[in-house]
Amino acid sequence: MSKRILALAAAVAVAATPVAAETVKVGFITTLSGPAGIIGKPMKNAFELGMEHVGGKLGGMDTEIIYGDDQRKPDVAKQLANKLIKRDRVHFIAGIIWSNLLMAIHAPVTRSNTFLISSNAGPSPIAGKRCSDNFFNVAFQNDMMPEAMGKYLSEKGIKNVYTLSPNYQAGKDMIKGFKRYYKGKMIGEVYTKLGQKDYQAEISALRAAKPEAVFIFLPGGMGINFMKQYAQAGLRGKLPLYTAYSVDAITLPALKDAALGIYGAQHWTPDLGNSVSRRFVAEYQKKYGKTPSFYAAQAYDTVMFLDHAIRQAGGVGDRAKLRTAMRAGDFPTTRGSFKFNTNHFPVQNIYLRQAIKNDKGAYVNQTKGVILSAHGDSYAKDCKMKR
Amino acid sequence: MDPLLLLEQAFNGLQFGVMLFLIAAGLTLVFGIMDLVNLAHGSLVMIGAYLATTFIGWTDSFILGLLLAIPAMFLVGVVVEVIVLRTLYLRNHLDQVLATFGLILFFNEIIRIIWGPISLYSGLPDYLSGHVEIIPGAPYPVFRLLIIAVGLLVALAIYLIVARTRLGMLIRAGASNNEMVGALGIDIKLLFTLVFALGAVFAGLAGMMLGPLTSVEPGMGEPLLILAFVVIIIGGIGSIRGAFVAAIVVGMVDTVGRVFLPVVLRAFVSDAAADTAGPALASMLIYILMAAILVVRPRGLFPARTG
Repeated sequence: MSKRILALAAAVAVAATPVAAETVKVGFITTLSGPAGIIGKPMKNAFELGMEHVGGKLGGMDTEIIYGDDQRKPDVAKQLANKLIKRDRVHFIAGIIWSNLLMAIHAPVTRSNTFLISSNAGPSPIAGKRCSDNFFNVAFQNDMMPEAMGKYLSEKGIKNVYTLSPNYQAGKDMIKGFKRYYKGKMIGEVYTKLGQKDYQAEISALRAAKPEAVFIFLPGGMGINFMKQYAQAGLRGKLPLYTAYSVDAITLPALKDAALGIYGAQHWTPDLGNSVSRRFVAEYQKKYGKTPSFYAAQAYDTVMFLDHAIRQAGGVGDRAKLRTAMRAGDFPTTRGSFKFNTNHFPVQNIYLRQAIKNDKGAYVNQTKGVILSAHGDSYAKDCKMKR
Repeated sequence: MDPLLLLEQAFNGLQFGVMLFLIAAGLTLVFGIMDLVNLAHGSLVMIGAYLATTFIGWTDSFILGLLLAIPAMFLVGVVVEVIVLRTLYLRNHLDQVLATFGLILFFNEIIRIIWGPISLYSGLPDYLSGHVEIIPGAPYPVFRLLIIAVGLLVALAIYLIVARTRLGMLIRAGASNNEMVGALGIDIKLLFTLVFALGAVFAGLAGMMLGPLTSVEPGMGEPLLILAFVVIIIGGIGSIRGAFVAAIVVGMVDTVGRVFLPVVLRAFVSDAAADTAGPALASMLIYILMAAILVVRPRGLFPARTG
């Protein structure tokens, strides 16, 4: 009797599991409201542009995209992820700008056997010990850019550096990454309040320390304020400034002259010479009238990544096959060369770039060369993923 | 420690201090004279910054933009006082806190509707974006010197108004005992409106000065409001002189502490511990200062005589 009930229950359970769904469902979570919307909206735009380029069908299959606004709040991101998994039963959750939001949804999403694809955030814990075979990062690992900047300054023979970053986890990770590759002397290592707006006191102190160069990690509005005040204090052009994640297509229109000449390290810049990137930049500019940021390029790459993997695997029904196809990392990307590390984070080139004013009078970043080629992150060795 | 750097940091502290004074002046008068806790005072800073940025954009002139924004702020002050605050004078402090907190939400939302959620960045005209070498080897931004000058001038003007004019006499009387002032046949309603609008102008002026230095965005005034409350509590509620002294002290302590505390700590504990504890301790400094002053002088440095 009880055996029959069990068998019946099992049969019902089998019937309730979605059979190789004919529609691919993707949840795309990013920040669309609040001041950080200036990063999230271009990502959504680029994702939509990518969907246009694949004819609205990922891997040639009918596709449904569900967009979610995380408002830059971990709890909201968690609710969205839950809804996408349980109610919408998506196959993939993609997007996510902020490391702390990714940390909040990483465990619940990967444990539910839903593929999680980060289109930006790359915190170290999930690149190392807590890596998951259901997680892929198509953007970068946080430490990559400061590592490149550290290497470049070492090679240039800069003997001492003064660094400035916000006093929170990512701010400390960045300086740690910088020091991993920088061989000179650190004569100042200052951590400021997250979201600080006035840096005059810090600027006075760093000038008095007389460093050969300054390295900052001050993303978004913090960087804009700092670099404006750096220029107002008469230091721009006198004391070389090197950056990570601080001078990009989003902050340049506000920075204008204050950014000119400043160097940064990044894995993608709109002037990269490959054909995927050229097409993406041209069509993005045509459709939205703006130069895309690296955030946007990553969102576009997310579409290309999903499209290619689903096509190779012949659908989303066989998860093991799909994972193998995703691991190959051979999709057409805006970055030209790209492959996945053992921890599902990218191995890619990191470029040196400089902010300039082009012949059309626009403020853009210009690629100056490769600092680290085919660079993988330093946490992959801690990742014990079964392959 | 380099004495020249200390001098330069003192300038930075002074500049931050006069900025705080501009905000605290209105707050202390409103609190002291009308017995009104106005949490929305920070919103006035934000409105000033937005108005100035917009007017500068329209007129294409920095000076003209500010000259338009100042009377506009006076008008904003009058409207807010007449429509909202007037109904709150007889309520208790908790009601006032709730109502003015609502005002903060209202102002932040209306700014988002009119100007959008994205931060605005305004530049400076060429004649203000340079720097001068007041201290050898340390060029100082002209605009920050201008802020110090404007702040000190406003402080002097407020002092003259409060100490030497009939309006000032009424303000001082109001701070001491506003019922008695009313009983003596003074139009207390008009006095209140005038005081609040003046406070709005000073707060707005702080916003106008902040605009070119940092970003103009919804909610930009709130972090400053907390500091302004610290200033008026240290200075003694209702006292302009107290607000001035306390603002300079808070500005100095905050600036100098932020820069030198991690350096000093590194001499005692490990570098990593100093880097973690330094910034945290530095942001607590002014509250520790406030607590210490309140232990010695529970009514602040220069209490306005009340009751």
